[in-house]
Amino acid sequence: MGIEQKLGNMGVVTYRLEDLVNWGRTNAMWPILFGLACCAIEMMSTQAAHYDASRFGMELMRPSPRQSDLMIVAGRVSRKMAPVLRRLYDQMPAPKWVSAMGDCASCGGIFNNYAIVQGVDEIVPVDVYVGGCPPRPEALIDGIMTLHEKIRGEKLKDWA
Amino acid sequence: MSQNQLIVDKIKAAFPDAIEDIVSFRDEQTIVLSKDALKGVCQLLRDDEALQYNFLSDICADDLLPEFPRFAVNYHMYSLVNKHRLRLRVSVEDPEDGPITLVSIWPIASWLEMEVWDLMGIRFEGNGGLRRLFLPEDWQGHPLRKDYPLGYEEVQFSFNWQEIDAKKPYAKD
Repeated sequence: MGIEQKLGNMGVVTYRLEDLVNWGRTNAMWPILFGLACCAIEMMSTQAAHYDASRFGMELMRPSPRQSDLMIVAGRVSRKMAPVLRRLYDQMPAPKWVSAMGDCASCGGIFNNYAIVQGVDEIVPVDVYVGGCPPRPEALIDGIMTLHEKIRGEKLKDWA
Repeated sequence: MSQNQLIVDKIKAAFPDAIEDIVSFRDEQTIVLSKDALKGVCQLLRDDEALQYNFLSDICADDLLPEFPRFAVNYHMYSLVNKHRLRLRVSVEDPEDGPITLVSIWPIASWLEMEVWDLMGIRFEGNGGLRRLFLPEDWQGHPLRKDYPLGYEEVQFSFNWQEIDAKKPYAKD
């Protein structure tokens, strides 16, 4: 059934390196554990058996920034949390991506006041915004697939 | 004699000028004290055999702007022996010259006073450890005061999207 039947005994596959690297990056993208509020419940649900994020190679939520590629900011970020978030982002090795999950992380949401950062994009560059309060697991998976779409179009030298 | 009346009698006997007002609502008693008498009264409430308010459960403050005196500090205490609650209230005119610290009576007062200072800016006399507890260390001002700006951001709609977007401080990579 696999590629080897179609290729016979050739033993060689030619492919564009860029596409191959991007394919690898999209299919083993480990997120950092960054549940800050109620959105984290939906993130856990995405992870669990019903929605099964391991279909996208995301079965491992890493508690260490050094082993993760994607930061899903799930919840509102307070001004006190902001430097912590930035430090964890800086500790992640490149290539790295950020997804702002939910209204609070995207734009402050209902917490329009002095204590909450009005959108996590003030602290870290965000690749994908997922709307909703909180977004359902389907929405988060859609955000992840949108991110995959974005990564497939990236050039190797973007991260060089 | 009810516990509420007993407290008042004991305080009046020991400190005749301490009580400024007594507010009672559904058997819940608030005693408004003069600022100077606070520490003596608290010592009495904790040490008296019949009262034994050995648990200071909370300290909180009110900002009554534009009234004068502007601030008031409330002390909530509980007697684990008598299972009775009591609230003391002290008016504060100048937040820099707040009530005396109660650390020597209830050690927990240290952190509760720190919280009040952090959010309301009332400086407790004698509490040397006042620092930021909930807010970041470099925070300016005291956000629970009524004259503190809420600091909200205008909501982006399609008609003002670009205007707000231009002012928004986006992060660099």
